[in-house]
Amino acid sequence: MSDAQPTSEIDTRLHYQRCGACGHAWYFRRDFCPACGDTAPQALAASGAGRLYAATLVHRAPSEEFKALVPYAIVLADMGEGFRVMGHGEPGLALDTPVRCELRGIAGRLIPFFVKDHYAS
Amino acid sequence: MSFIVGSGLTRYGRHEGRTSLDLMTEAATGALADAALARQDIDGVLCGYSTTMPHLMLATVFAEHFGLHPRYAQCVQMGGATGLGLVMLAHHLVRSGAARRILVVAGENRMTGQSRDSVVQVLAQVGHPVYEVPLGASIPAYYGLVASRYMRAFGNSERDFAALAVLMRQHALRHEGAQFRTPITEEEVLASRPIATPLKLLDCCATADGACAVVVSAEPTGANAVRVLGAAQHHNAQHISAMDDLTQLGAGACTARALQSAGRKLADVEYAGIYDSFTITLTMLLEEIGLAPRGRAGQWAREGRFGREGAVPLNLHGGLLSYGHCGVAGAMAHLAEAHLQLTGRAGERQAPRAGLTLLHADGGVLSSHVSVVLEKA
Repeated sequence: MSDAQPTSEIDTRLHYQRCGACGHAWYFRRDFCPACGDTAPQALAASGAGRLYAATLVHRAPSEEFKALVPYAIVLADMGEGFRVMGHGEPGLALDTPVRCELRGIAGRLIPFFVKDHYAS
Repeated sequence: MSFIVGSGLTRYGRHEGRTSLDLMTEAATGALADAALARQDIDGVLCGYSTTMPHLMLATVFAEHFGLHPRYAQCVQMGGATGLGLVMLAHHLVRSGAARRILVVAGENRMTGQSRDSVVQVLAQVGHPVYEVPLGASIPAYYGLVASRYMRAFGNSERDFAALAVLMRQHALRHEGAQFRTPITEEEVLASRPIATPLKLLDCCATADGACAVVVSAEPTGANAVRVLGAAQHHNAQHISAMDDLTQLGAGACTARALQSAGRKLADVEYAGIYDSFTITLTMLLEEIGLAPRGRAGQWAREGRFGREGAVPLNLHGGLLSYGHCGVAGAMAHLAEAHLQLTGRAGERQAPRAGLTLLHADGGVLSSHVSVVLEKA
């Protein structure tokens, strides 16, 4: 048996940014804080815990690569760290319930995927 | 002070073989005739954009094609809010003296000029290219998300949304230029195929070919002038992932500012032209503006409050949902209908009491808002 460690691991954590100056947290990556303009934001990994803000089940895909996946749920979730993310989700998730995010390979990309968080209240 | 002195509107639907410039020409010709003006009377041109004819300088291209020599010409891009944005800009340009008679024109062969998949893909670019579009999100998906949150907040049902689709179809029955003129019921809307829950096919506007034009003038020339009293804009984040609250759009504050600039109150409004890309769009705008209480727009439509003889007749040409949607010109059809209503020329659609008129449109996914207030000259 080899005890070699994997040489590369895919990071499946959701990342966001936070401003050290004003505390603002956001998701769309930038090299400055959109709230105060500070130019040294931190890139952080989120805990993955959030709450479902909105959800829709898509039956008509906008492109060929998604046609095989219909119907699929597109959701918005508010993460515990104070930013909002769009992703895919389990169909049937109820609004305002706790969800957990992991990055999954869908249509050739790693994208945020939300499942019901059975351990949160 | 400025005046809309003429309007021209094509039939919306299939115009096989006609280009954006062909359709814009037809509408512009109609607007000039309606205003009793000739080409040499026009000294300004404002255009939107055409997805079937992307160009850096469409206003100049159109001016050359149509035979105009304006001292002012430019394009504006605000998605679905562009048409009213053009009118607001024309209003200010005329008031500033930069031009005296401005042709505002938009149109495209969005239905026959490209494949439906291509339309869906182009429009999906309203979403974020990194964080939204690659998820397989579409415009109906964005509005489906908004609808889910709105229903949770205010209790509207899918049947309430359906009532607005039925209303727009009822209105389109009286307009021979409308794309959809077959009556529909709430049951048929509810049974139509799902697109992005809770939105079904008949909750969504379709794609049309068509064009619309108006002339905005410093003076009330001709026989068909209506007064532009005021206008306002409001802008949210472009992308819904970046919007704080999907149930507070700023549309209410925007119309309030437009009415204030006009020196009028919401209670004075006697006709409304409100953007209706989806039934949820119309619901949210009516309720946030205050033309219906939260959660009640569908019920108020059923009760006849938005009909021809109701308290506030709404989109009597059939709106985007039934007159049709051909891009920038889509919401300009609301304006053309308001122009006919205010000048008493809407025929069998004529509202008995169409006085002060409120127009409101949004672009993107409820991202950009424009309100315009008109009244009889």
